[in-house]
Amino acid sequence: MPEVQELVKNLADKYGRNRENLLHILQGIVEQERYLSDVALTEVARELDMSAAQVYGTATFYTFLDTEPRGKYVIRICRTITCDMKGKNQIIQAIEDTLKVKLGETSQNKKFTLLETNCMGWCHEGPAMLINDQAYTNLTEDKAIEIITDYVKNK
Amino acid sequence: MTYNKLKRIDLIFHEDCECRKVLEKTFSKSNDEIINDILESGLKGRGGAGFPTGLKWKFTAEQPADERFVICNADEGEPGTFKDREILFRVPSKVFSGMAVCAKVIGAKKGYIYLRGEYRFLLPELMKALDAFHRDIKDLIDFEILIQMGSGAYICGEESALFESMEGKRGEPRNKPPYPTVAGFKNKPTVINNVETLVYAFMICKHGPMKFKELGTSDSRGSKVFSLSGDTPIPGIYELELGMSLDHFVEEFGDGDTKAVQVGGAAGFCVPRKKFRETIIGFEGVPTGGSMKVFNSSRSMYNVLHNYLGFFEEESCGQCTPCRVGCQQLIKGIEAVKKGEKKAAYLDQLLKLSETMKLASKCGLGQSVANSFSSIVDNFREEMIY
Repeated sequence: MPEVQELVKNLADKYGRNRENLLHILQGIVEQERYLSDVALTEVARELDMSAAQVYGTATFYTFLDTEPRGKYVIRICRTITCDMKGKNQIIQAIEDTLKVKLGETSQNKKFTLLETNCMGWCHEGPAMLINDQAYTNLTEDKAIEIITDYVKNK
Repeated sequence: MTYNKLKRIDLIFHEDCECRKVLEKTFSKSNDEIINDILESGLKGRGGAGFPTGLKWKFTAEQPADERFVICNADEGEPGTFKDREILFRVPSKVFSGMAVCAKVIGAKKGYIYLRGEYRFLLPELMKALDAFHRDIKDLIDFEILIQMGSGAYICGEESALFESMEGKRGEPRNKPPYPTVAGFKNKPTVINNVETLVYAFMICKHGPMKFKELGTSDSRGSKVFSLSGDTPIPGIYELELGMSLDHFVEEFGDGDTKAVQVGGAAGFCVPRKKFRETIIGFEGVPTGGSMKVFNSSRSMYNVLHNYLGFFEEESCGQCTPCRVGCQQLIKGIEAVKKGEKKAAYLDQLLKLSETMKLASKCGLGQSVANSFSSIVDNFREEMIY
């Protein structure tokens, strides 16, 4: 059985095959694969006996349920006003330079994707970013580079 | 006009109390007595809308049904709000206990915490605290709390969108009525309260309604947790008595050069310096779910508005036309005025559009865009043009 098929089956076994478990299952796939491939979405539809359009429609509603390939580490920089005021553009620039990717892109080795996101609730400690689930706050350019370099070398 | 001086309060975060003792005491009362205590306290919802909590519980309890739910709305997405994260991090058992009291009153066997995806890092600790809580109360009440994660959609903080999301669908708001007290999650009567509201409800059970009621004003009882950010030397989370004037707030928290305060986040109101004195923070003045963003003279209010509109444009669920198209047109419109492609008077047309969005949008998102739009354009018109 292909890997994704097995993953979907395991998640469906774990959470159940009702419509209300759909988000749990989609979130579970993203946690493993970092994104929802067409194959994964079709497989979910089959497993839950829903139309693929409904699964796709639900998945594409949510920012964190990516339907494009993402790196192992998804970096999301907060773009909302306080982080903007505190210099999120310089942080993005520093990370772009470090990873040699542009905003919205995934690095060639598929390790990093750099994105912006809306307010993540760290306005008092901005600029802030998430790397997967982990939050990093009070960023400076140096601090951001240090964090990213650590991911490059050690993860 | 009367207002209170700024006063710091320590109810919410004050030690993570012995919840079981308080629950035992509370459960010895009848459901009517508990609801009356909450009503008597004057507690209104702390998520922003300000519906009386006691009434919400009462209506749900009275609705005939075979199943009812209590849901804790932890989809804290309003720009500038981060108090619920802190509450869940520091005093989670108070949140669970507030849910348990509500569950008893309305007869719910299941409760859910809908936690925004951006706060997933809280999950391991929260699960640990929840396991301990379940063990602690299992002989008191047949009630289980589950955590449902969001996936990065601001609109899911809107209660009916949140139900849709919990049912595994796109987070598109429903028509109202019916209200959640009649048909909420799975179309069953549902109490959905903000994190902070549940903790205050529990604190009212602990201390009695008077301790809460004696704080605040007749329209805005009690205290509230504020999330302070922007141009302030001391950003952070503060629990303050409701009913203070913005003047006092800025004196305490501003950097000495405050030009405007955005009260209530992107969906809230921008108050300029000249109106600080007459503006009361509370339901009789400018209400807030907690977000207080302070801007000093160095900030361009055009940039602030542009940032908010970009936020709304992206977070609009796209279901109804006034909001979907309105957000796009407002942002295009102010860009055109700024570039000189449209005359300054075009701003008046945009104001009319925002007014239409307020009237015609299906949910609070589209209805609220006009709040920040008109308050920023009206008060800082020249900054929109030059």
